[in-house]
Amino acid sequence: MSSEMITPAQTGAVQMQPTKTPGKWAQLWLDIKKNKVSYYFLAPFLILFTIFTIVPIIMSVVLSFSYYNIIETPRFIGFSNYKLLFVDDDIFLKAVGITLKFAIITGPIGYIMAFLLAWLISQIPQKFRFFYTLCYYVPSITSAVAMSVVWLYLFAGDRKGLLNHWLIQLGIINEPYLFLQNVDSIVPVIIIVSLWMSMGVGFLAFLAGLQNVPTDLYEAGSIDGVKYRWQELWYITIPCVKPQLLFGAVMQVVGSLTVFDVSMRLVGFPSPLYAGHTIMAHLFDYAFIRFEMGYASAIAVLLFALMLGLNRLIFKVLGRD
Amino acid sequence: MHKLNLRRIDYGGIFLYLFLTVFGLIMLLPLVYMAVTALKPTSELFLFPPRFFVVNPTLVNFRDLLLITGTSAVPFSRFIFNSVIVTSGIVVGGVLISAMAAYPLAKHNMPFKSAIFNMIVAALMFSPLVLQIPQYLLISRSGLMNSYFAMILPYLAAPMGMFLMTQFLRQLPDALLEAARIDGASEWKVFWVVVIPMLKPAISTFALFSFISAWNDPYPSMVYTTVQEMKTLPLAIQTISGGAGVVARVGTLAAASFLMILPTILVFILTQRMVLQTMAHSGLKE
Repeated sequence: MSSEMITPAQTGAVQMQPTKTPGKWAQLWLDIKKNKVSYYFLAPFLILFTIFTIVPIIMSVVLSFSYYNIIETPRFIGFSNYKLLFVDDDIFLKAVGITLKFAIITGPIGYIMAFLLAWLISQIPQKFRFFYTLCYYVPSITSAVAMSVVWLYLFAGDRKGLLNHWLIQLGIINEPYLFLQNVDSIVPVIIIVSLWMSMGVGFLAFLAGLQNVPTDLYEAGSIDGVKYRWQELWYITIPCVKPQLLFGAVMQVVGSLTVFDVSMRLVGFPSPLYAGHTIMAHLFDYAFIRFEMGYASAIAVLLFALMLGLNRLIFKVLGRD
Repeated sequence: MHKLNLRRIDYGGIFLYLFLTVFGLIMLLPLVYMAVTALKPTSELFLFPPRFFVVNPTLVNFRDLLLITGTSAVPFSRFIFNSVIVTSGIVVGGVLISAMAAYPLAKHNMPFKSAIFNMIVAALMFSPLVLQIPQYLLISRSGLMNSYFAMILPYLAAPMGMFLMTQFLRQLPDALLEAARIDGASEWKVFWVVVIPMLKPAISTFALFSFISAWNDPYPSMVYTTVQEMKTLPLAIQTISGGAGVVARVGTLAAASFLMILPTILVFILTQRMVLQTMAHSGLKE
């Protein structure tokens, strides 16, 4: 007991107490040995994860400080990649703006929509649920590549485009509108298509999580005076599915900030006047068209920092229990 | 369902169904359109005024697709076989490895637990595009090129699967685990007998998701293979159709896209059934 009381006071002078420091390490080692089963469970994941994710991430971060064109060996150039990004690369700054604009709209709307739809579906009897889940989830099963057939036709710029045709028939517009070429409509079109595809893994996690909420909690709630469905939602359901909400939010941030596929398939690459140019598009440009891997890595590191910052915020709000 | 719903068969309920149905059908429309396009003959593809539905459905697009593939040296079935092997490897292995990692991270107390968890969640956010070059270097240096391993191993340790399953385990009560431990079950047994059944909804959700992304991803076969026999379906289709936006093959491309999407819908139906069934007999609901 007494040694535990003293320890906090001694932290300032760790070096002075040679007998205490090994004690702490030995304690840690004992803890590790005691929990070795837990580490066995983790081992396969951690080994593969280290080889194929951690090592490549470290390599990318190191590369971001170098000039590397894949053929020659990397040359260390310090911070110039980052300097170039912020000072001289106007297109990058534009891409950041477009990505943020996109993320601010699709992020919250897609998230709330996914949760509300999952909640509504969980309100109806079991046997009907499957059909509705199918309706809402199938759009995100389809890959952007496959669906470009449909969207290109729907938004086509001439009168043969389905949307233009309908709008002209209804008398709303007189001549075809160039949805995919017009700088003003490019971002809205990408947003619409992304929202359509946005019932992703978050939606399914919500759905499964909602069904996991123990039924007796609702009974207890109705005894305690919960009358309306929204009260039930706010006081019982949401606290119960907090883990899934956190998961969904993190996935939503990652998804909204890495939008690229939809943009590339719909408005082409590079898009007219860079109107659909996102951070990911910029990264793709430098990584696989210009083969400047150092510069591309620097973009990736910045994107990573952006997401990490946003997710810190989310963890604070939805945080641990 | 719970009591509140049974008592109120009201306008709210009717409105709910109406809204869900109408909105759901709107969401399905583009997909219906794709299926319809795959059946359109060339004369109807570029009609003016444009028409949503097909008048004279034909299978000519599918025939074209098979004819084009028939001329290549490798039979089409080989691509399907490769895709099935790679995808099932990623799904089965990935689910098992992620579930094993999620269990101690959610339910055990050990040193470095939160550090490991935070690190894996953070890695979720690093752009996969930039990881591709270092991953390629690793694969090619280790001599794994042109093997199924090259297309499976890098995708096994999925941070998303681990994260999803950890979050589900956190939602579930510890009491069940304790009960099993008191009965003298080893951790390994607890994992198989208690944890895996409880995790079923998360497992099927993740299995579905990893199936979709593995099935649709042409990248691994594009980069990690150099011989024709090892290519997978998405890459094969991409090369056949000449890429998106080639006007002359809109119909064929629609047919190819349709064929690509079909298995994902089938897997969706299977896994969703599993989620709903698990829920119906869940141990949580006494």
